[in-house]
Amino acid sequence: MDIIRVENLTKKFKNFTAVDNINFTVRPGEIFGFLGPNGAGKSTTISLLTTLLQPTGGRAWVKSFDVVSDRDAVRQNIGLVFQDPSLDERLTAEENLRFHARLYRVPAAAYPARLEEVLRLVDLWDRQKNLVKTFSGGMKRRLEIARGLIHYPAVLFLDEPTLGLDPQTRTNLWDYILKLKREKNMTIFMTTHYLNEAEYCDRIAIIDRGRITALDTPANLKKALGGDVITLQSVQAARLIAEIREKFQLAAEEKNGEILLKITAGEKFLPRLLARLHTEISAVTLRKPTLDDVFLNLTGRQIREENASPKDRLRAHNRMRGPK
Amino acid sequence: MLITIFTIWQREIIRYGRDKTRIVATFVQPLMFLAIFGTGLRQTLATGDFGLDFLQFMYPGIIAMSVMGVAFFSTISTVWDREFGFLKEILVAPVRRSAIVLGKVFGAASLAAFQALILLGLSPLIGVKIQLLALPGLLFFMILIGLAIAALGLLIASLMKTTESFGLIMQILIFPMFFMSGAFFPLNSAPIWMRTLSGFNPLSYGVDALRQILLANQATPAILDKFTLHSPIMNAAFLLAFSSLAVSAAILAFNKKA
Repeated sequence: MDIIRVENLTKKFKNFTAVDNINFTVRPGEIFGFLGPNGAGKSTTISLLTTLLQPTGGRAWVKSFDVVSDRDAVRQNIGLVFQDPSLDERLTAEENLRFHARLYRVPAAAYPARLEEVLRLVDLWDRQKNLVKTFSGGMKRRLEIARGLIHYPAVLFLDEPTLGLDPQTRTNLWDYILKLKREKNMTIFMTTHYLNEAEYCDRIAIIDRGRITALDTPANLKKALGGDVITLQSVQAARLIAEIREKFQLAAEEKNGEILLKITAGEKFLPRLLARLHTEISAVTLRKPTLDDVFLNLTGRQIREENASPKDRLRAHNRMRGPK
Repeated sequence: MLITIFTIWQREIIRYGRDKTRIVATFVQPLMFLAIFGTGLRQTLATGDFGLDFLQFMYPGIIAMSVMGVAFFSTISTVWDREFGFLKEILVAPVRRSAIVLGKVFGAASLAAFQALILLGLSPLIGVKIQLLALPGLLFFMILIGLAIAALGLLIASLMKTTESFGLIMQILIFPMFFMSGAFFPLNSAPIWMRTLSGFNPLSYGVDALRQILLANQATPAILDKFTLHSPIMNAAFLLAFSSLAVSAAILAFNKKA
């Protein structure tokens, strides 16, 4: 049975359609990723699934509870880690969790054991009595994940969980997320615009301008591209493309000033290619396909991490706020 | 529902306990009021026909003002919660919005009543004797004033996005509410427009009630009568009605805005 089911879900804000008629299902125990650039509709989708926003059209169910008509049941069954910090920094780690546990009606008798369980999972057990304001950005994130788990949700939603964390902390956090899947068989729905993080997902949906343009495992998505990518640079791009077509019967295409050629077993083909071409080539690269290529192929644009919007930079700054 | 209210309430209390500045202010502010209003204004304002020491006349008003200040200030936590993201954590929980609002209001009212209790402890300095029997009534009205003001504060807080705008509205409200509360001068002799306005001011009912209970031993009924506006029951009824209205409006605002 699917744990999340989404049918024709749509969300409009005045004249802007943030989520445009999307359909997908999430299976129990998988890490399902939403990959897309800023403003693609990822966070809006999470807000719809977690009942923070009301859909304009379509329906969605979490663990067979309707997100509109069965709001409280959905809320009881999800754990949510927001994109922006949401801890009370003047409380201790334990007090933050106790607050949450009471609101989600965790039985008082079960609380001590659960507290230890979730805090040990994210390695914060020995920091439970510390005020959250003394925590680093990564520790706060882990505490938020622990908090999202303490009421034993059916699905854990992570909205850009590693945004604003440094690369080492990011990798570290992923160890915890994967551990969660391994040890608890937790279903995780996450959004990201980091391509390398999408690789950790069992399945990903690529979302652009509110629409899902592809949905599959990362391996299948890359396979669908038709092999490796050889990138050539030349001042005589048109002539190069013509020569490749003539000598190898291959259609190369020009994108962003580079000539792209898709080919299986590129490492074997590349020497032959260079040996037979006469047009001058200034640079050449061979790449195994990445999810960026998948995205580029689907949308004609790239997701680039360095294109973080000012808002994201501010978020990142807020996330890192506090002592290291 | 009760557990949620308690949990929200408890968080407000814990946060207060962690904030040393607020604790110090709780003790210093009342002393300051008494020193400034008591010694300073006694000479300039007291005209002598009160039949009562001016400081004693003002004492209930100062208590009510402290309650108002703390209750208003405590509801700012809702705006902070919004700014620091914690409000989301509360709002996505499977709990009723009314429980959230009540927890916040009770939290602010408790802190306000606590402040008032400290002020009550200063009564020997003012020369006001408080009978043990009067304590429940006093506490009852302190909590009622706290509830009314906290509910009003929360209604405003749920409509405001930033601490700045919240602070601004507070500034605009606090002074007229205080000056038209009857704390400084008896409202009976005030011009009709002021008496009309103070009819909507929850603080005037609080001051009225506190004064009747606090000064029962200090002044003859004839003197007290000169200042009294309503019976304590009437005062309690207004404060209760005002609190319920403001709480309901705050719940509505929370449902819509938050």
